[in-house]
Amino acid sequence: MAALVIADHDGAHLRDTTHKTVTAALALSSDVDVLVYGEGVKTVAEAASKIAGVRKVLVAESADLKQDIAEDVAALITGLAVNYDAVAIPASASGKNFAPRIAAALDVSLLSDVIEVVDGSTFVRPIYAGNALETVQTSEAKKVLTVRTTAFKAAAEGGSASVETVTAPATKAGTRFISEEKVTSDRPELGAAKIIVSGGRALGSKEEFDAVIDPLADKLGAAVGASRAAVDAGYAPNDYQVGQTGKVVAPELYIAVGISGAIQHLAGMKDSKVIVAINKDPEAPIFSVADYGLVADYKTAIPDLMKALG
Amino acid sequence: MKILVPVKRVLDYNVKVRVKSDQSGVDLANVKMSMNPFDEIAVEEATRLKEKGVATEIVAVSIGPAQAKDTIITALTIGADRGILIQTDQDVEPLAVAKLLKAVAETEKPDLIIMGKQAIDGDNNATGQMLSTLLDWPQATFASKVVVENGEAQVTREVDGGLQTLGVKLPAVITTDLRLNEPRYASLPNIMKAKKKPLETKTVADYGVDVTPRLKVLKVTEPPKRSAGKKLADAAELVANLKSAGVL
Ligand SMILES: Cc1cc2nc3c(=O)[nH]c(=O)nc-3n(C[C@H](O)[C@H](O)[C@H](O)COP(=O)(O)OP(=O)(O)OC[C@H]3O[C@@H](n4cnc5c(N)ncnc54)[C@H](O)[C@@H]3O)c2cc1C
Ligand SMILES: Cc1cc2nc3c(=O)[nH]c(=O)nc-3n(C[C@H](O)[C@H](O)[C@H](O)COP(=O)(O)OP(=O)(O)OC[C@H]3O[C@@H](n4cnc5c(N)ncnc54)[C@H](O)[C@@H]3O)c2cc1C
Repeated sequence: MAALVIADHDGAHLRDTTHKTVTAALALSSDVDVLVYGEGVKTVAEAASKIAGVRKVLVAESADLKQDIAEDVAALITGLAVNYDAVAIPASASGKNFAPRIAAALDVSLLSDVIEVVDGSTFVRPIYAGNALETVQTSEAKKVLTVRTTAFKAAAEGGSASVETVTAPATKAGTRFISEEKVTSDRPELGAAKIIVSGGRALGSKEEFDAVIDPLADKLGAAVGASRAAVDAGYAPNDYQVGQTGKVVAPELYIAVGISGAIQHLAGMKDSKVIVAINKDPEAPIFSVADYGLVADYKTAIPDLMKALG
Repeated sequence: MKILVPVKRVLDYNVKVRVKSDQSGVDLANVKMSMNPFDEIAVEEATRLKEKGVATEIVAVSIGPAQAKDTIITALTIGADRGILIQTDQDVEPLAVAKLLKAVAETEKPDLIIMGKQAIDGDNNATGQMLSTLLDWPQATFASKVVVENGEAQVTREVDGGLQTLGVKLPAVITTDLRLNEPRYASLPNIMKAKKKPLETKTVADYGVDVTPRLKVLKVTEPPKRSAGKKLADAAELVANLKSAGVL
């Protein structure tokens, strides 16, 4: 039984969500290969070849793959899947976009957001915003899974896998790439950050959000997150949304500022190691999951915190 | 232009989820059920396209128990013209839902299918992508803006790191994200009108699709609980605690 892991990267750097997906795949199979797709991704492929436990790295390059068009990516992976019993994909927005296509093309179920591999055919996944955990068993010959990477440890470095080029199938005409608007920031990515400072509706405006949350994040070397209410109101970009329908994070330290703690928000951060809540309402549900709470107005609490941090 | 909108009946997002003590699933007896919020956004978007004169007909389809009729009526209240209920008491997995929707699309021949990116119960985020694959129509998921012109939908998508805009040739499948629109409230006259709109009931057998579950649910359990920690007096005490916890 062999498994194929799809690498997660930004074109230049391999994300450690790849290492975590390798860990999930190694629980299924001792023969784990990694596919890196994109354009100009040789350095990413080299990084993948150094993950301990990886047998072989496959590299597929084309301009269309760089745009991450689901149809093209899924066609490539579905073709490669003949050689594998399992395909494991990090559950990023990109992975969620193409993974179900591979399952449908192979006529198998998608095992989405897997948080535990019990054995080769049994998996645990959260449902209902993480308020219930479902243990499912499949008898299907091929397994296609997306992996909730916060639930797995990163595979170590120290491998020396071979790197092989594969050709991508011809692309389809139905989809046209028009444009892209990426948020650039010098801060760590939400998925990789050890500390996250998240702001909620309480901040009241984009200016206030930037003036309060950003300096604290910079002081701590943290990534910035937000509640849906803050994103909907335009205080923060969509990519910052933490929660059931945004990003799922599990940093060492999560600081929620002016966030009430709706179940949809908790679903995205309750596995953080240490949670701090700063909220002026002592009854806010966020306190029910917080290790440390400050019942305070952020307008005084954050400047005080900046001072206390020195 | 005709738009098909699949709508799912789910546990209302405000209801506290209770796992059954026999670990067989989540307790859905006597709790409020509603339309999946992402599907409401999908119906709203279709309705706006109709109001702009881009779409001419909106068909809502749901797969579920008899009560899923209410979900369809909600869609008819927002602005769908007619409904199809494929009635079944079985739990239908995303791949089987996609196969049924494909069969519906083959008879209804819509130009566009707009559906939710994710149902808030199963949380699979899979059905739209599967349907697009089975129909061999282009997909544009996680839409936060949709413009339809010249036989193409230009869709702005919420992706890792920001936004991406794709042009997809119709017919196509679009899945909605939270920021696509804010669904309207149901007005009483519209509720009255909705009850008079056509609603057909079909069976799974009418479409010849095998919906036998592929996955066996061994158990459904509660996640580990996190307990509330301590409330601290001030920022200095917070920093001291974080330092001793080793996270600063
Ligand atoms: C289908 C669906 C999916 C969703 N997905 C997500 C998701 O992925 N992520 C997500 O976050 N939400 C999601 N939501 C929304 C969620 O239900 C809540 O509406 C949202 O999380 C609320 O954001 P908030 O906590 O910032 O705002 P609020 O609930 O308004 O909370 C603001 C808090 O700030 C406090 N406050 C106000 N002023 C101050 C002050 N001066 N100082 C300190 N504290 C102050 C208040 O006491 C309050 O607790 C989803 C909802 C639905 C229906
Ligand atoms: C053994 C088993 C046990 C289950 N137990 C439960 C349970 O306890 N409670 C429960 O609620 N569900 C249960 N289900 C159903 C399951 O959780 C999902 O509802 C189903 O797999 C569809 O996945 P999803 O809704 O997450 O799809 P997603 O891919 O997240 O849905 C995306 C979109 O697809 C469309 N869609 C999905 N389903 C339908 C539908 N039926 N009709 C119309 N449009 C639809 C909607 O537009 C939706 O927004 C069970 C399933 C199985 C196989």
